[in-house]
Amino acid sequence: MVEQGNLKNRLIELNMGPQHPSTHGVLRLKLTLDGETVKKVEPIIGYLHRNAEKICELDFYCDALIYFDRMDYVAAMNMEAGYLEAAEKLLGIEPPERVVWIRTIMAELSRIASHLVWAGAYGLDLGMLTPFFYVFEQREKILDLFTEISGSRQETNYMSIGGVYQDFNDKIVYLIREFLDQFPKKLEEVFNLFVKNDIFISRTKGIGILEPDVALQYGVTGPMLRASGVPYDVRKAQPYLAYDRVNFEVPISKRKDNYARVLVRFEEMRQSAKIIKQALDKLPDGPYFNPKAKKSLMVRLRGEGDFYARTESPKGEFGVYLVGDGTVKPYRVHVRSPAFKNLSVLPALAKDVLIADLVAISGTLDLVFGEVDR
Amino acid sequence: MKTGDAGFITTTMDKAMEWSRSNSIWPLTFGLACCAIEMMATQASRLDISRFGSEVFRNSPRQSDLMIVSGTVTKKMAPRLRRLYDEMPYPKYVIAMGVCVIQGGPYNQGYSVVMGVDRVVPVDVYVPGCPPTPEALTNGIILLQKKIRGEEDR
Repeated sequence: MVEQGNLKNRLIELNMGPQHPSTHGVLRLKLTLDGETVKKVEPIIGYLHRNAEKICELDFYCDALIYFDRMDYVAAMNMEAGYLEAAEKLLGIEPPERVVWIRTIMAELSRIASHLVWAGAYGLDLGMLTPFFYVFEQREKILDLFTEISGSRQETNYMSIGGVYQDFNDKIVYLIREFLDQFPKKLEEVFNLFVKNDIFISRTKGIGILEPDVALQYGVTGPMLRASGVPYDVRKAQPYLAYDRVNFEVPISKRKDNYARVLVRFEEMRQSAKIIKQALDKLPDGPYFNPKAKKSLMVRLRGEGDFYARTESPKGEFGVYLVGDGTVKPYRVHVRSPAFKNLSVLPALAKDVLIADLVAISGTLDLVFGEVDR
Repeated sequence: MKTGDAGFITTTMDKAMEWSRSNSIWPLTFGLACCAIEMMATQASRLDISRFGSEVFRNSPRQSDLMIVSGTVTKKMAPRLRRLYDEMPYPKYVIAMGVCVIQGGPYNQGYSVVMGVDRVVPVDVYVPGCPPTPEALTNGIILLQKKIRGEEDR
């Protein structure tokens, strides 16, 4: 017979992952449990380490784009825009005005697609299957737009140095407007599936509270930080592309819990739709490619010096650090990945919670392992 | 094909078993990388995979027939993948989804990627693409069904 006192004090170690339905890929969490309570969480990463940064150094500047597509693979356009912010400054190539607006539109569509996938996966984490089908219906519509303009669904490789692959024509503008006309209504349907569900509310409200000072210490950015009440968004703090010429709000929440992160992400989708609408109205005429960077000559582009660019990806602040040594290939490519930084706060966030709540908390981090492990 | 008194019954039973088996292949929820999102899209509203009897994604390898290896297999992940494969009951099938799984894909210059999952587990159907469209994965499942039934390809 084991005495109850001994049983109470014994801590159990448990591995969650790397193959687990609610770790969103290949995250492994080493848990130290006291009964149902999680005493310690230790994330173990590296199960999807594909050494993308190192492979980028082997290829020309324009070839690195395909590896950036596959970093945050649900928001490929944001990754491309982030890389080109750094690469174009380093190579001294200015994109034409029309390209800047096209990129803004595509990046925001990609942000909506990414948040939609997150909403579906988070619903699955909490045992709701219905939102999954609703959000993928909308996401397929966005991927249809991507297919129309770039020929590929998910890993688009649409943008290139000094321009985009294909110009916007009347058809794609019409299709995007058609998508935007029906999107807000459908989004509200999904939103109501979440916020009018009692089980969902009791599993998110007041759980996983992230204090703003803790978030800032760990370098948390994006919707995670804004849900803690810090109004930091790179699109406002250091505008890139055409974000300084459109009207939008940065949603923040003072609730600081899981529920706040859900609200912030849904509000961001509404704001993105607003940005796309404005950008379509303001889309100027002009070339869709900088003649200095014609496709046939793109491999000869040489860069010297170093440059760090930051952009707002759906997960947070996405930084790209490029070093050129005067040759046709980059000397060093470094990525500041927001999902990696957001994951690092999990041990502080999930202390003394129940195992079931741990799943609810790690779902709000919006982890994508292509980006965490790179 | 067996001969003898019981020959007629056994072949017919085999056919019936193969037919029923091929129409309810339960895949393992095993998302590795980019292709996992397309695997989710195959399962979701537009390209409903349940039309082919494969909608029941099981979270435990002990309850599944099919492993869709969706995404780059790294050297760190390969032993875990092999273990999951070993835990699956017979008969079991593997679909290699995407070029990363087939031969390393865009990452085959790297040091940490397994050059094809067929070095770790035997593969039944290869679905190329980076990532393959949901239609391509559906086609892969139809090919696997034909393979289970012993039919000629196309």
